[in-house]
Amino acid sequence: MFEKTGIPSKEMIMEKFPPIERINEGPVAVVECYQKIPCNPCQTACKFNAIIVGEDINNIPEFYPNKCTGCALCLSKCPGLSIIVVDGSKSKDRVEVRLPYEFLPLPEEGQIVKGLDREGEYITDVKVIKVLNPKSFDRTPIITIEVDRRFLYTIRNISVEA
Amino acid sequence: MKQADLVIIGGGPAGLCAALSALKSGSNVLIIERNKDLGGQLRKQTHMFFGSEKQHASLRGIDIPEILLSQLKEYEDKVEILTDSTAVGLYEDGVITVLKKEEDYFKIKPKVTLVATGAFEKALAFPNNDLPGIYGAGAVQTLMNVHGVKPGNKVLMVGAGNIGLIVSYQLMQAGVEVKAILDAAPRIGGYLVHASKVRRMGVPILTSHTVKEAIGKNELEKAIVCQVDEKFMPIEGTEKEFDVDVMCISVGLTPLNELLAMRGCEMKYIPQLGGLVPLRDENYETTVENIFVAGDATGVEEASAAMVEGYLAGLCAAAKIGYKPENFEERRTDYMKQLKDLRSGPAGGHILSGIGQVLIGGKNV
Repeated sequence: MFEKTGIPSKEMIMEKFPPIERINEGPVAVVECYQKIPCNPCQTACKFNAIIVGEDINNIPEFYPNKCTGCALCLSKCPGLSIIVVDGSKSKDRVEVRLPYEFLPLPEEGQIVKGLDREGEYITDVKVIKVLNPKSFDRTPIITIEVDRRFLYTIRNISVEA
Repeated sequence: MKQADLVIIGGGPAGLCAALSALKSGSNVLIIERNKDLGGQLRKQTHMFFGSEKQHASLRGIDIPEILLSQLKEYEDKVEILTDSTAVGLYEDGVITVLKKEEDYFKIKPKVTLVATGAFEKALAFPNNDLPGIYGAGAVQTLMNVHGVKPGNKVLMVGAGNIGLIVSYQLMQAGVEVKAILDAAPRIGGYLVHASKVRRMGVPILTSHTVKEAIGKNELEKAIVCQVDEKFMPIEGTEKEFDVDVMCISVGLTPLNELLAMRGCEMKYIPQLGGLVPLRDENYETTVENIFVAGDATGVEEASAAMVEGYLAGLCAAAKIGYKPENFEERRTDYMKQLKDLRSGPAGGHILSGIGQVLIGGKNV
């Protein structure tokens, strides 16, 4: 179905998420790359060797959650915008999620925006914690949102009212 | 008549890289470019590129011409650039005829010619496909990303290849609503990361769908689409209506290489490469000696591959007229490896099978 709709299945998503224990320890990337395409900037971006594509740039990146520091440098480097960072260490009921967002207007810190799933459907309101848009991110801003823990595996996008 | 070492026809990604490669080898280069600016399609690509560092992966296409042009500047005294100039003829005696701004018409006699003319968009036949509001994806990108003009307000994208997916995303970035993306194929043709990107913005992707007709009096008002079966035949009763003022047609590209056909290069129809393409050897030389080719003109592919083909063909074209640097083999091997890397995944399979049919000598690059 993924190849017909662009929506990955629940199983595919779960396979890419690090174990919940790791998520609860602190920020960690989720590398949602499902298809072999010639591309390796994630590996180039990672200073900790947590993402390995290898000699053949068509390989699907292998991700090592225990090497990942959650620095999120890979997020704005991935041409497919396929990487997010999740952090379950901050609270028992909520998680923090960092995602790339290339639309205007950018949300304000503290703003409540709509949280969307992988189909673009509204699932819950989320609070914007941080908006990072330095020159080094090259016009791919990274938004940190705080989300109800129940939506850890479904939240993937936000919608900001103009 | 103007004389030149190497003339490159087309100043897009392939042509610019070919020029840099040949200049690096010591050749003089003359670039003929139809448009006002160099860079070709790179100038419209606001998204980040795939590939690896050597092909500027992760940079945005729009920023690549600047990098290449600043490198070109280092060879200022060895390169001549003719913009607003169209190569209109390529003759048996090697002469190229050029029309500059539709007023100045002149001849150039190069020692070697490299054709990097790119590709053009395929059309789609359906009733009223000539209504204003129905664009090719390239035109939408030119309006939006070069001139900052919105093509309309509500768009139906026809084609879920990389261009259809990317342009849909760019339209949304410009504040234009994309109602749906359709494709007659049963599967999304473009990279799935691009598909997921537009899907999580809420845009449905309808595979096995095509346009039945466009409706509108003076301009596009509605699009009727329907499902198709596995033989691509419309299924009756599956019609859906979309209220749109723009239909963006993105159903693939065809190599633009009439100059090569005119010159007598042996051509072959290869569906995997987008249409009629020249036979060529490993060094990208065609069946006519001293006529080289690179980029989409030799088969439709990504800009990353076009750039590397340019480097390789430029290196070999310069070597052909005596500018063969000491590290020739090293550079040639590196470019070939880069091309192999870009094409060795599942996405490159059909490209390789196409190349296998046009490669003189049969060895795969």
